[in-house]
Amino acid sequence: MEHFTNSPIVQRRLAAMAGKGRGVAAFTFNIEALGIGRGSMPEARVGPSPLFPNTDFKPVPLKAGEDEDYMLALKQEMRGTMQQLPHNIKPQSNKAEVERYTERYLKQRQLDDENWTPDWNLLPKELMPQKKKLRAKPEAKKKTVKISRKDTEALLTKLDELEKKGDGNPEKSDDETEKKKGNDEEEEEIEAEEYDEEDIEEENDYIDSYFDNGEDFGAGSDDNMDAEATY
Amino acid sequence: MTAQEVRLCGLLLREHFGEVVEKVGTHLLKGGAQNLRTIIHETGISLDLVKKSLCVLVQHGACVFRSGRKGAGSPAEYQTCCDRILRILRYPRYIYTAKTLYGDTGELIIEELLQRGHMTMSGTIKTVADRLTQNMEEGRSMDYSEVSSAFFRLVETHFLQRCPPLAGAEPKDSSTPAAPAPPGTPAAPVSTAPPTPESFPDCYKVPHVTLVGRGKRQLASEDGEDQRNAKKAKMDSQTHGDEGICWQVNFERFHLHFRDQAIISAVANKLDQTSSEIVRTMLRMSEVTTSPTATCTKPLSANEIFRSLPTSYNIPRPILDQYLTLLIDDPMEFVGKAGESGGGMYVVNMHRALANLARATLESVVQERFGSRSARIFRLLLRKRHLEQKQVEDFAMIPAKEAKDMLYTLLSQNLVQLQEIPKTPDYAPSRTFYLYTVNQLPTARMLLQNCYKTVANLVERRLFESKESKRLLEKSQRIEAILASLQASGAEPEQLTEVEEMITAPEKQQLDALRLHINKLDSAENQVDETIFLLESYINSTASTS
Repeated sequence: MEHFTNSPIVQRRLAAMAGKGRGVAAFTFNIEALGIGRGSMPEARVGPSPLFPNTDFKPVPLKAGEDEDYMLALKQEMRGTMQQLPHNIKPQSNKAEVERYTERYLKQRQLDDENWTPDWNLLPKELMPQKKKLRAKPEAKKKTVKISRKDTEALLTKLDELEKKGDGNPEKSDDETEKKKGNDEEEEEIEAEEYDEEDIEEENDYIDSYFDNGEDFGAGSDDNMDAEATY
Repeated sequence: MTAQEVRLCGLLLREHFGEVVEKVGTHLLKGGAQNLRTIIHETGISLDLVKKSLCVLVQHGACVFRSGRKGAGSPAEYQTCCDRILRILRYPRYIYTAKTLYGDTGELIIEELLQRGHMTMSGTIKTVADRLTQNMEEGRSMDYSEVSSAFFRLVETHFLQRCPPLAGAEPKDSSTPAAPAPPGTPAAPVSTAPPTPESFPDCYKVPHVTLVGRGKRQLASEDGEDQRNAKKAKMDSQTHGDEGICWQVNFERFHLHFRDQAIISAVANKLDQTSSEIVRTMLRMSEVTTSPTATCTKPLSANEIFRSLPTSYNIPRPILDQYLTLLIDDPMEFVGKAGESGGGMYVVNMHRALANLARATLESVVQERFGSRSARIFRLLLRKRHLEQKQVEDFAMIPAKEAKDMLYTLLSQNLVQLQEIPKTPDYAPSRTFYLYTVNQLPTARMLLQNCYKTVANLVERRLFESKESKRLLEKSQRIEAILASLQASGAEPEQLTEVEEMITAPEKQQLDALRLHINKLDSAENQVDETIFLLESYINSTASTS
């Protein structure tokens, strides 16, 4: 191959071919007939046209008038309102790292969210959130909590009695009981608070597991009592 | 639907219903009808949110569902309608039209219904009355009966319609979407077409509603809380006899109105005010008798037109005849003659008018983008259909070199097409005619897509602008809130100015500039939509005639 291309004859012939292929003379007919004269061909386009081409003509200004202004106001108002409506669904955001001022408004929105109940007659049944089950649950829980509260009260009095009885016990155990008592009360309070909050907010799995703990609590305190009795 | 439409739909959904709905909506647009399980699986959004999003979409009519397409008992499938989502762009125009036709009450009724998708009549009336009362001076209030009469009028003129009731063939076990159809069950052919509202006989029947009272004014209410108050009022647990009957805005009716308005204003621009009033009268007379998709109105005799002309116009009979002849001779062909009886029978050519308006739009687009001389070539091709390059140069009376340049630019933009007609089957260039032509319909379609793209770009730009100065916007909002609360508590003027000065002068300048930009972008969106409407109506009209 190399041998051939190096030969002067072949080179000359290649050049001639290239010249013939490129020139206007390549056409077998008179292209003037098409209206394409020499030098009147527009420049060849290479590649796609630019993303932001220069515009030769400036755009005409927008219509302005009372109608347009009013529609503009309507549009902006509409957008604002739609964003506040419960129909605007916010993605479940992860807990913000820093508490922000705007969160106050977010809470309002979430409340609105609760308020929207679509007409289920016009929607497929499968879209209905399974609320009934969840609504039924908390009531049952409430009872259990109450019972456990009574239990704890009974427990505390019992503990007090035991404390009085077992005055001779070493101080260490006394401290412990006190600590436990404090813990119990605290826990109880927290539980009550959290429960109220959950009642308003949406139920989810998190709460369920929490209430299970609440039930455990009663049993746990029983254990405590037993342990106490052994001292 | 095209990529541009999907993009614009996504942006509109995000702006109005949030990102989750956008995700679900665009997924449905791209993937066609799907059931709940597939949506959850493919979008990776939690069940709860997908359910809510679908509820929102269905509530706003942007999504239809039907079950049993793949045999009885198969799960319900959801499908979004691109056209319906794009209507969001036109909301301001609907509301404004309602205002011009039916005053503030009509405006608020349409606005409420658009914001909430669909509502019961009693709910709408209460909310609207409350909102109107809120804006009245102290001690006055809006009577429910006034609002309901406006509501009646809107229904009477078909601007409002009932939501079609749910198809009765809802399978009982739709709560378990994954339940497979037992093998061997004959696939019951359920009608696959979604029910159209018009097919429902009671579409425009207003139920008897017992609603007595007046709009309530919320005491000690802040401006921002109007919405919530209105909603609370809506929650009043009384029955009014129309539970379960929801109403929605009839977009088609609005579009007919827009179409008529476009024709009237075009006549007014082309000829004069008087002839536009004549056309307006003709359109009003045939509003009831002509079907929405008819190519032209029912023929009206000159006598009838004369009798129906409002006396305030003061057009004597001979002048009317002259005007009618003038309208017929006009090249835009808005009005045509259908016969000689009764002093001449006249029709309004709806489809012709739309085609001509669309053509004028195309011409003006070419003119504004490529100059008046390119527009001359474009018009020439529209009129002469097919022309060779040499002929274009000669007829347009433009120097050959420039004409070629313009023609090729138009060709590269797809506004002009090239048709090859070979004399011999070998397509040899020397024995081939090269004819340039303009196809109006495909060009209109392309322009429509460009419009969608334009609006999407405008929205994107607006989002970018407001994102850039988010901090500034938040600050100004906060300061406004503080100012409002201070004013409410009766603070000293010095205090107020002190708070006002928290925004520095350069910041204020920046804010003003931003507001100007956003207003311009918003306004542009509204105005591009007018072009979109015209092109859409033209394209739809050609679909119904062929």
